[in-house]
Amino acid sequence: MTRITLTIDGETVQADEGTSLLEVARKAGADIPTLCHNEQLKPHGACRLCTVEVVKGKRTRLVASCAYPVEEGLVVRTSTVEIEKHRKLLVEMLYPTALHLAKRYGITKSRFEAERGDCNLCGLCVNYCREVAHRNVLYFEGRGIDRKVAFVPGKAQECSSCGACFELCSGGFVVTNHGTVSLNERI
Amino acid sequence: MPSDELVALKTKAEQRNRANRICVCTAASCQSVGADRVHKAFEAEVNKSQREEQVEVRAVGCMGLCSAGPLVRIENDETAVLYRNVTEQDASALAQSIGRAPVERLICPTDVPFFTRQHKIVLANCGQIHPERIEDYVAVGGYEALYRAITEMTPGEVLADVKASGLRGRGGAGYPTGLKWQTVAKSPDPVKYVVCNADEGDPGAFMDRSVLESDPHRVLEGMAIAAYAVGANLGYVYVRAEYPLAISRLRLAIRQAKAANLLGQNVAGTRFEFSVDIRLGAGAFVCGEETALLLSIEGRRGQPRPRPPYPAERGLFGRATLINNVETYANIATIVDRGGASYASIGTERSKGTKVFALAGQVKNTGLIEVPMGISLREIVEDMGGGVPAGGRIKAVQTGGPSGGCIPNEHLDMPVDYDSLQQVGSIMGSGGMIVMDESSNMVEVARYFMEFSMSESCGKCVPCRVGTYQMHQILSRMLSGCAGPGDLSMLEELTRAVGETSLCGLGQSAPNPIKSTLRYYRSEYEEALRKSRPSMPLAEEGVR
Ligand SMILES: Cc1cc2nc3c(=O)[nH]c(=O)nc-3n(C[C@H](O)[C@H](O)[C@H](O)COP(=O)(O)O)c2cc1C
Ligand code: SF4
Ligand code: SF4
Ligand code: FES
Ligand code: FES
Repeated sequence: MTRITLTIDGETVQADEGTSLLEVARKAGADIPTLCHNEQLKPHGACRLCTVEVVKGKRTRLVASCAYPVEEGLVVRTSTVEIEKHRKLLVEMLYPTALHLAKRYGITKSRFEAERGDCNLCGLCVNYCREVAHRNVLYFEGRGIDRKVAFVPGKAQECSSCGACFELCSGGFVVTNHGTVSLNERI
Repeated sequence: MPSDELVALKTKAEQRNRANRICVCTAASCQSVGADRVHKAFEAEVNKSQREEQVEVRAVGCMGLCSAGPLVRIENDETAVLYRNVTEQDASALAQSIGRAPVERLICPTDVPFFTRQHKIVLANCGQIHPERIEDYVAVGGYEALYRAITEMTPGEVLADVKASGLRGRGGAGYPTGLKWQTVAKSPDPVKYVVCNADEGDPGAFMDRSVLESDPHRVLEGMAIAAYAVGANLGYVYVRAEYPLAISRLRLAIRQAKAANLLGQNVAGTRFEFSVDIRLGAGAFVCGEETALLLSIEGRRGQPRPRPPYPAERGLFGRATLINNVETYANIATIVDRGGASYASIGTERSKGTKVFALAGQVKNTGLIEVPMGISLREIVEDMGGGVPAGGRIKAVQTGGPSGGCIPNEHLDMPVDYDSLQQVGSIMGSGGMIVMDESSNMVEVARYFMEFSMSESCGKCVPCRVGTYQMHQILSRMLSGCAGPGDLSMLEELTRAVGETSLCGLGQSAPNPIKSTLRYYRSEYEEALRKSRPSMPLAEEGVR
């Protein structure tokens, strides 16, 4: 496996080819917030909280670190004033879901009309069900602001009730055999 | 030495050729004002006078000046006269004019800037040849570039020509085509694909549809040359399902090319093999985004995925895949024909060749034009377009649709090229160009495009899903007079965050219409705020 050398927050680090920036940066001690990331799953790239700045040659841009593989000579900054501003705004957009992140960013109310009660569409439940449990009973229904997690029509009975999605759920909300139920309410 | 196949097709076209031709535009816009009836009336007329041997009535694709449709061109080998707003009642007089004086009252002058400033490469055959006859395409030199490429050139030489041409992708982002081809060509993948993006979804855009409807073989030839250059044997055209005529013409063209041995195994007797299949779009704008498009071809949900890996490295079914836009492919045969350097002599330093635009909005002449890169925006909208119909002043020109921006009148003298457009806060985009007069409300314009982005957002990533919705909410509040004092700064925060953190180009470019109107017409936003009565902002009404 080829070793790749790059700079993260001023420190030179090495990593195997194919490793994500998120993994390397976290190993190097960076505190990058995430919602839709899980080591067992392929990068989904939905929450964008893991956004970092990368400089390649003359070009500087923001990328989602969970889905971006290490590149030779890349200069990465995991936290800048701009990045933190964006992260905070994203958390505010999701409020009142992901309350642990709201706390981190000192958000106690949102200027925006709430999108939805508690599901933030991180996709962990859907992707776990597909990639690990191999049941494939969950999917995203609708598009845009109307998107939601639901059972694939006619497939609800195939759910083995393993409960893994409950554990993973970043928003405190999952789909159950009985339709959509808020986990927050159950607790 | 042209191939036997091409010679045979040329002969066929010659035998069919009549001394006089009545070419009737039967493309979408003319059709909507009765071109089909006009076409039938001419056929009946020629039939009645028993002149089928001397006169051909030919249904052709878009002639460009759609606002004057139905358009009819009566031509012989020496002269051609264009007629405008032709009705079926005019058919008899026009048909009888053949060989005599033209019918003055219907003449559409062609020595005007709308026609003379054009430089046609992509549209060269549009409105000229019969799109359903391969022999017509071959008669004007079609498939000669492909034949020459596969018999006389190495894939590397073809690639070098495309690189030398300086051609950049016409699908919106303007990525250098030669570089993209090179990445795919270099890939060691034993299986590679060539894909044509014909999902054209920008509101008001119809450039790709016109090319497919009017000259489908040009696109197939471009794809075949690309396949030879990068080492692929299979290609897909991904077409919007809403384009039934384009689809049927493309299907027919593929069948004809196969029958003529210009597609399939052993193309023109060589060892080159290339087949093309059609896939229909799933009906969502975001399916035009390349990674979503490829997933959709695989039969999966068309939803963008993170890049890298780029399709050129790992695309369709995990294989190295070349994906280009319709117009990009439509340039290829000409580049191979005339050489990359000759193509590169058209345009500017960093934007080579020509670009097709769909000119619309508050201008006299609307329709489809192809202009050399570097032409000034003012030449297009004032000289070619003829300015505002009632004689008013142009306020702004919008390019790039929902991903682009508004260019104010004071910048109209800028050259039209990728970099200049970006500098003034817009983009080249796929070719939509909307002229706005002084009556346009720029906040309303921004809201119109944001509404499009919001409803087309796939909803996968947070900034685009929530951000486009919230930006739309704010703009709506401003327009209905109930915006709050914090709304403008919130809008600006959102435009930055959505643009910088979204997953795919839809979200990344969705704030552009707001950004550019804020840049040039900030006072209109402030005016909207001033007019707003302080009312309870929606955000404080509590959680739904
Ligand atoms: C939301 C979205 C929609 C797009 N729609 C189209 C389209 O309809 N046609 C197209 O050619 N490219 C479209 N693109 C650009 C493609 O992703 C891709 O860049 C293009 O097909 C590459 O071809 P080119 O290099 O020849 O321009 C779209 C991009 C985005 C983000
Ligand atoms: S239900 Fe939970 S795990 Fe599933 S997408 Fe919503 S927040 Fe994520
Ligand atoms: S930017 Fe918009 S369209 Fe693109 S992946 Fe995100 S939500 Fe979907
Ligand atoms: S963790 Fe990277 S996008 Fe969610
Ligand atoms: S459709 Fe007839 S000129 Fe454009």
